Amino acid sequence: MAAPTMDRSASAEPSAVQTMTIAKAINNGLRAAMEANPKVLVMGEDVGKLGGVFRITDGLQKDFGEQRVLDTPLSESGIIGTAVGLAIRGYRPVCEIQFEGFIFPGFDQLVSQVAKLHYRTQGRLKLPMVIRVPFGGGIGAVEHHSESPESYFAHTAGLKVVSCANPADAYWMIQQAIDSDDPVLFFEPKRRYYEKGQVDTTAAPAPLFQSRVLRSGTDVTVVAYGPMVRTSLDAAAAAEDEGRSLEVIDLRALSPLDLAPVYESVRRTGRLVVVSEAPGESSIAGEIAAKVQQECFYSLEAPVLRVTGFDTPYPPSKLEEEFLPDLDRVLHAVDRSLAW
Amino acid sequence: MSSPEKWTQPGPDSPPATAATPTAEQVIAGLRATDEGGADLVQLLTPEGERVEHPDFHLDISGEELRGLYRDMVLVRRADREANALQRKGELGLWVPLLGQEAAQIGAGRALKPNDMAFPSYREHGVAWCRGVRPTEILGMFRGTDNGSWDPVEHRFHPYTIVIGNQVLNAAGYAMGQKFDGKVGDADSEATMVFFGDGATSQGDVHEGFVWAAVYDAPLVFFCQNNQWAISEPTERQSRLPLYQRARGYGFPGIRVDGNDVLATLAVSRWALEECRQGNGPILIEAFTYRMDAHTTSDDPSRYRLSDELEMWKLKDPIERVKVHLVKQQWADQAFFDSVEADAEELAVEMREFCVNLETPPAGRIFSQVYAEGNPVLEAQRDEFLAYHAGFAGGEH
Repeated sequence: MAAPTMDRSASAEPSAVQTMTIAKAINNGLRAAMEANPKVLVMGEDVGKLGGVFRITDGLQKDFGEQRVLDTPLSESGIIGTAVGLAIRGYRPVCEIQFEGFIFPGFDQLVSQVAKLHYRTQGRLKLPMVIRVPFGGGIGAVEHHSESPESYFAHTAGLKVVSCANPADAYWMIQQAIDSDDPVLFFEPKRRYYEKGQVDTTAAPAPLFQSRVLRSGTDVTVVAYGPMVRTSLDAAAAAEDEGRSLEVIDLRALSPLDLAPVYESVRRTGRLVVVSEAPGESSIAGEIAAKVQQECFYSLEAPVLRVTGFDTPYPPSKLEEEFLPDLDRVLHAVDRSLAW
Repeated sequence: MSSPEKWTQPGPDSPPATAATPTAEQVIAGLRATDEGGADLVQLLTPEGERVEHPDFHLDISGEELRGLYRDMVLVRRADREANALQRKGELGLWVPLLGQEAAQIGAGRALKPNDMAFPSYREHGVAWCRGVRPTEILGMFRGTDNGSWDPVEHRFHPYTIVIGNQVLNAAGYAMGQKFDGKVGDADSEATMVFFGDGATSQGDVHEGFVWAAVYDAPLVFFCQNNQWAISEPTERQSRLPLYQRARGYGFPGIRVDGNDVLATLAVSRWALEECRQGNGPILIEAFTYRMDAHTTSDDPSRYRLSDELEMWKLKDPIERVKVHLVKQQWADQAFFDSVEADAEELAVEMREFCVNLETPPAGRIFSQVYAEGNPVLEAQRDEFLAYHAGFAGGEH
């Protein structure tokens, strides 16, 4: 059975291009999805009256009611586990996990049920659910509020994983994820929530599972996703001052990876730096490096370099700048690649 | 088939806190249903400072002991307010206020004996105080220089646990260990107390903790501070039933105590810990209290609750009632209250100075103590990082 399609004509704004933050873009995207399809539910801790601790769901309960925006009991396994049942029953739940560090009580449900039910039932069941996860560091928070656990989920067959990096993608990708008949982990770069950008509310910039070249360049390809896209773009601007031309690609989809644009880019530049806040061992960044060396072996002028978080627990916030990749570490890797 | 009402309806004894929704009068008054603890609430000191007797829980307390409890609560509140102020001044990244929960925490904390073990969540600054942890030792994790600097073995006070409910299973395991070690049922017996909130009672870990502690007869006191709010969600979002009544389903006693009454909390906690030490655990205590400040300094309660509710709870302030009682009993004079205030001010000064002088650990510290036995991959990462970092220090970059 086909998924209920969303008629967005009703909510299309006359003035198509608006400036908004990533936070507001996700809020507007959720609202558009809820207006288009009465089966879309929002559920999570404090998402109703409070509008979420980051206010991403602000105003939704007021306008759509308590049966469509659920302030749930404090239980992540409960949020994800009941969303499975709701999805089977014909709803399209959008779960909010308050911070990425709190997703693990729901890990069992994600890995054991969400990821496998379609497969186990030979396709008879679909799980059109979205799990929104604010992730990443750089906000000076206490433990469990700054981590990047996306690799666990990308490693799990049956789950799809995406991350937005700008308001236009935030607005459209959340709606596309809700439209998807597969379960989608939607990682939101919390430290970029309040960065502004232009959103064309009449046309999506790209399909959900496609990477995008955000800046063209000729010397080194830089691949990033989520919060590190801004860092990589800043690095490219700084490199330009030094006469170096970086091509920046926003992955957007972490599973499945869309690496064709990366291969095409690396065949031109011969060099690749992969940037991610997540620890580097057994990571998405490692997967990209493996695939690029396989597909672009004869084009590479230097080994693929990774700039990632270290393989330590996320540190106390006064030390997070040591842990997190920043503009300098990206440029350092660019230097190393060019000097190889 | 008929459905006898006794199987389908809550009993007539159920306190008003069972109501899923407030009454119309309470809504008009700006109050939710859970402002009264109900008939089962154990109270030994009324909000007006009057001693009352309870058929099951007696407490003989001297003037000296009560002055001590008063001093504990005043100092802990002052430390809490100082830390809150330090956050407002930008010296702390975050603070988790305990305001309003002093009696619950001091009553429970002072019931613990040195050999007992305590597992906190992240708001237990009052329990920390009772375990000999200085308030200054809590500041690092909120300033971002460490994850809590006290020695959990020395103080028998586990590190703060931020993930909701995780510590309950850890505490159940520790208590099982006390039992396996033969530390139950004799003179030098031990018990464990685990702290969590009303919100945590929805987590699987907490329910599993109930099951495990019960089937292993673990000497564990579950101390649930029901402060009425899990960030923006009232306790009715977590339970139909008053939380203490859940214990029955797991096969052990549950007691609701006035968490704003330090004497009742002390008496019930002492009893519960002693029962556990003698092999009659586990036991659930629900301390019925109120979070008088925000969830954290990042929270804005005005978005989800009415200030009338706070005003009503201020009348039940845990410290004021003790002060009134001390005066009525002529157990304390103005000089005593002044000296406590002076001690509190001294503590505040100590916290301010300590906080601003907290040093950020040196470069590379993040690689230390990830493993007990080392890890060559991580050591290589550390060496690479230190070389990179030294490049900056030398101005080579």
